[in-house]
Amino acid sequence: MLKIGVKDLAKYPFLTEAGEYLRNTGLSLEQLGHPDWQPIVEKAYGRIVVASSGQIYGSDLEALDNDSELLSFLVAIILLKSAGIATLIRRFSLAESRRAERYLQQDLWISRDKKNLELPLKIIQDLFAVNVSIDNEDFVIKVPDYLQRAVHFHEKEWKLVNRRVANGLVYLSAHETVRLIRTELGEYINGKIQSVNVDSIPQSFRHRVDDLVTLAKKFSDTVYVSSEYPPCVKHGIEVLEKGENLPHSGRFLLATYLLSKGQTVDQIAPLFKNAPDYNERTTKYQLEHISGSSGSGTKYQCPSCEKLRSESLCFATPDCDGIINPVQFGKRRKNP
Amino acid sequence: MNEKNILLIESAFKEYYFNRFDLIHVPQKATEREFGYQKFNSGMTRHLVVKNDKDLHLLLMKEVPSDVYCSNAYYSFPSLPMSEKDWKGADLIFDIDAKDLALSCRKDHTVFKCISCNNPTIEFSQQCSKCGSTKFETVSVGCKNCISESKKEVTKLVDILTTDLNVKKEQIEVYFSGNEGFHVRVTNNDYESLGSQERADLVDYLMFNGAIPESFGIKRQNNFKASLPTFEEKGWRGRVAHKLFSSKSKVPKATREIIASGYSAFQVQLEEIKKTMGVKVDPKVTMDIHRIFRLEGSINSKSGLSKIQCEDLNSFDPFLEACLLGNDDVNVMVNCPLQIRLKNKKFGPYNNEIVSLPKYAAVYMLCKGLGNAV
Repeated sequence: MLKIGVKDLAKYPFLTEAGEYLRNTGLSLEQLGHPDWQPIVEKAYGRIVVASSGQIYGSDLEALDNDSELLSFLVAIILLKSAGIATLIRRFSLAESRRAERYLQQDLWISRDKKNLELPLKIIQDLFAVNVSIDNEDFVIKVPDYLQRAVHFHEKEWKLVNRRVANGLVYLSAHETVRLIRTELGEYINGKIQSVNVDSIPQSFRHRVDDLVTLAKKFSDTVYVSSEYPPCVKHGIEVLEKGENLPHSGRFLLATYLLSKGQTVDQIAPLFKNAPDYNERTTKYQLEHISGSSGSGTKYQCPSCEKLRSESLCFATPDCDGIINPVQFGKRRKNP
Repeated sequence: MNEKNILLIESAFKEYYFNRFDLIHVPQKATEREFGYQKFNSGMTRHLVVKNDKDLHLLLMKEVPSDVYCSNAYYSFPSLPMSEKDWKGADLIFDIDAKDLALSCRKDHTVFKCISCNNPTIEFSQQCSKCGSTKFETVSVGCKNCISESKKEVTKLVDILTTDLNVKKEQIEVYFSGNEGFHVRVTNNDYESLGSQERADLVDYLMFNGAIPESFGIKRQNNFKASLPTFEEKGWRGRVAHKLFSSKSKVPKATREIIASGYSAFQVQLEEIKKTMGVKVDPKVTMDIHRIFRLEGSINSKSGLSKIQCEDLNSFDPFLEACLLGNDDVNVMVNCPLQIRLKNKKFGPYNNEIVSLPKYAAVYMLCKGLGNAV
């Protein structure tokens, strides 16, 4: 059986084994309320603050005490659940999945000998039912497993025709392998947090829970949304304005829709400012690419209602009757 | 279609269905599939469950359908409306049709039929010489070249499915469609759960749609020969290498030319490769995971020929092996300006004349709209 050490758990604290490890130490929630453990509570709070600002919390696994890395993740979940603010939970899940993504990629790439590769491969297989194996320098997965994930990416390089394929397998780099499961990793961590039940918390946690409630206020400013937007676009704008994570396909919808309505890249870019992983340069670059003013010159079109439905991004109202693409919204609405 | 024609065709179809129960079977997992059928001059009846061969034979005898269909998908409740069926998976299906291959022979076996007076001509003209109407429908009759070119597409498809996608030969069933092409069905557990979008990308792979130069080693700048595909590689890179270099001795010269010509020129080359090496399937059919697809063993009402499995594709002659209606002579009025060949016999051309034809040929003319029962 694969032995997972505390250092591995510090990297991947969302694994079931992390809970088992904690149980084995005999540490209880009440004990964590003791002032001796206050640094862990502070560390946990810091971890959430970093995540909410869209940064990835960094750990120096060599220098730091791995127990505190693991514990601070678990305490962060307790703080988040007690505060009960979905926006913070989503931001935290996203940042933690990005953090784990880094480690997964490193573990896949650097640890070339098979023994070390067991853990990242096991995580990918156990959590996402994707069997990854190694062929020389490459990672390989079955074509259907690849297709089910890659179809959500719009970049042409993810099309199967642009991949190395042989004997029913797709060949990927470590980075590409991890990129393929990014969304699922975020959803997994989010689901894991949602499933935790917190009945009561130690008094020493209260202060930081209150601070989280204050912190969240910054993301809940109400924003004016034009009634002329179709509901899918409104939804996307609302999600972003709340500072929650909008999947790539949702951002693509917003960008293509607004571009089709004549807005410029400079007008659209600020919309993404609140996104947990916002980066001004990347956003501009991607918007310019979509608008066709850079890259291949292809101007991308707004995805169809059917495609949005398949990506769970459609929130149709009766006003949407008779349209097949969001850009048609409002045009037919006036018909009796 | 007029009543007299329907009577003649239905009696021929019924005779075939009655005599050839041995050819007509429900597919695997029949109870999980949706069946449907059509009768002449009426709409589609679907959402049916046909549990076994006996029920199927009963349906054929009772309804004498013009066309019979069965879903490639499996459902928990195949007889319920689409939203309640509970989709569980679907065989991968492919449709290769000669009309999509842009073959030069098409003009030689296509008849332009005036929609107003049914007058058929071989040459296209703006106006019907008889009634002056400007609306025509096209009718294509059987052509050996179309079949042989379609077979080449089937062979390309089977090759990529087996080498790139690891589908076993025994999981691939090839059928003559009953008209001008072939249907391919893949029963492989790995692929059956794929949704419509995934199947669309799979089709793009087979058709070589959307390939970018970067994937084959050509960037916009700074290109090196080491990143170009080689003969030894598998999948599309290997196939592209064979097309680009043709032989090992030509590699150095071709490599220099490719690198010197740059990105856009390479993009054009990839487009050319798509035209010659991409498999020409109908993407809509493969993407559709709720389709009801023509049932094997049933007759195609566009021709009166049967959809039957091809055991040996190379030697398969649809105009002989799929022409399974009766041989008794019937009198029909035929207006067919082209000669057709069925069961190794030539028929026509006929200029609006009453002729005595074997039933299979008479039904063929009626199904193509080039004749009438008398």
